[in-house]
Amino acid sequence: MSGREEIVGELMKLLEGFNVKKVPLAPDTDIPAQLELDSVQVMDFIMQVEDTFDINIPQHEVAEIRTLNDLADVVMKRKGA
Amino acid sequence: MKDLLEKYRPLVAHHDRAVQAGVDPINLVNERVLSPSRAVINGREVVLAGTNNYMGITFDPDCIAAGQEALASFGAGTTGSRIANGTYALHAELERALANALNREHCLIFSTGYQANLASLAGLAGKGDTIFLDADSHASIHDGATLSGAEIIWFRHNDPDNLARRLRRHQGEGGVLVVLEGLYSMFGDRAPLREFVEVKKEFGFQLLVDEAHSFGVLGEHGRGLAEEAGVEDEVDFVVGTFSKSIGAIGGFAASNHPMFEALRFAARPYMFTAAPSPASVATALCAVRKLQAEPERRTRLMDNARRLRDGLKELGLRIACEEETPIIAVMCDDEEQVVRRWNALLQAGVYVNLALPPGTPGNSYLLRCSATAAMDEKDIADIIAGFAAALRMVG
Repeated sequence: MSGREEIVGELMKLLEGFNVKKVPLAPDTDIPAQLELDSVQVMDFIMQVEDTFDINIPQHEVAEIRTLNDLADVVMKRKGA
Repeated sequence: MKDLLEKYRPLVAHHDRAVQAGVDPINLVNERVLSPSRAVINGREVVLAGTNNYMGITFDPDCIAAGQEALASFGAGTTGSRIANGTYALHAELERALANALNREHCLIFSTGYQANLASLAGLAGKGDTIFLDADSHASIHDGATLSGAEIIWFRHNDPDNLARRLRRHQGEGGVLVVLEGLYSMFGDRAPLREFVEVKKEFGFQLLVDEAHSFGVLGEHGRGLAEEAGVEDEVDFVVGTFSKSIGAIGGFAASNHPMFEALRFAARPYMFTAAPSPASVATALCAVRKLQAEPERRTRLMDNARRLRDGLKELGLRIACEEETPIIAVMCDDEEQVVRRWNALLQAGVYVNLALPPGTPGNSYLLRCSATAAMDEKDIADIIAGFAAALRMVG
């Protein structure tokens, strides 16, 4: 699993668990703002992403992530893809 | 340009909604404090069931006398930092007494417990290092890690295997600090310290345990979770506070590391703030000695916690943690219920801590109670009766 589309698809699946309001998800969805996630929920989501892709994402990189595309960039960089 | 405070509008709206249910929980005033377990709030006497005053030592006559004497002989404040004119004989004496109580070579004291974590984390780790934090870490730990400039990696709460997975993935030349808490403040659950120590033996990081809620409370001599778990030699750094079992204000960090005292000239939250005031240092010193001499306070605390927990469970309330711990967090369904219950409790003459997301584990809604050794049977009976009355009032 290294293609961007596959990664975005996997991230969308993980994000469904946090998408209480069933906001339609797209690669440019602003995750914390549009899903109204608080800091703890963001942390929980990121920990799931880390364990799914077997990577560590340092907190300062999390702070820069707004969209699924941003997150996919980080996942690809961290996986060395 | 944007108004700087504009970003808080949603928070302010949230707060306004919470206040509509009755009393403002953020601006609650203790008009008088009658004892470690009683105060006057909104003109009436209430029993205090959320103080973290575990040993009930705040009104101890010897501590008060020690504070008064220090106030008279050393003055009201230090007007200077520890590295300038702010170190008095009392500060050095308290550091020695704590090192002795903790069985550690070195001890530094700080002006608050919050600063003890800021100074320890930012003093120990820096750019190029990595700090692994438990997902339920206290704000002071998070803030200290942020201030340090080290990379921060979160691991799942109380999950040594999850930490090990993250350590296995970790690459980097710098040092690695793992931070745990003896008792987590919201639920009162312990870190599984022996299991974390096994992970430490595999990876060789340095370990800091914040014993803020467990110093004085856990272990045969009150040294905290590390003592209770029998792994003190594996804990490199111990942090604690004076604002719970010690009943004053301030914090400490202790270690056997031969270079630990370098924090005195490397940790900015130690260096660039006024040294703690003489009266507070003197009461803390007296309390440290008292807790060493009076282990029965711990027994009384745990007995009171057990009775309080059993009584609340008999009312059908859900308690977050089943361990033997002085923290008893009642789980509620949602924000509306927890705020209604908190107000009804106050009307029934009981103060507890109202704890809301995102400051709570798993976004839980908590009526957080803590026992104290100073509670008598009537206090505990009044708290349980207050909960029963509140449940009758608002469900």
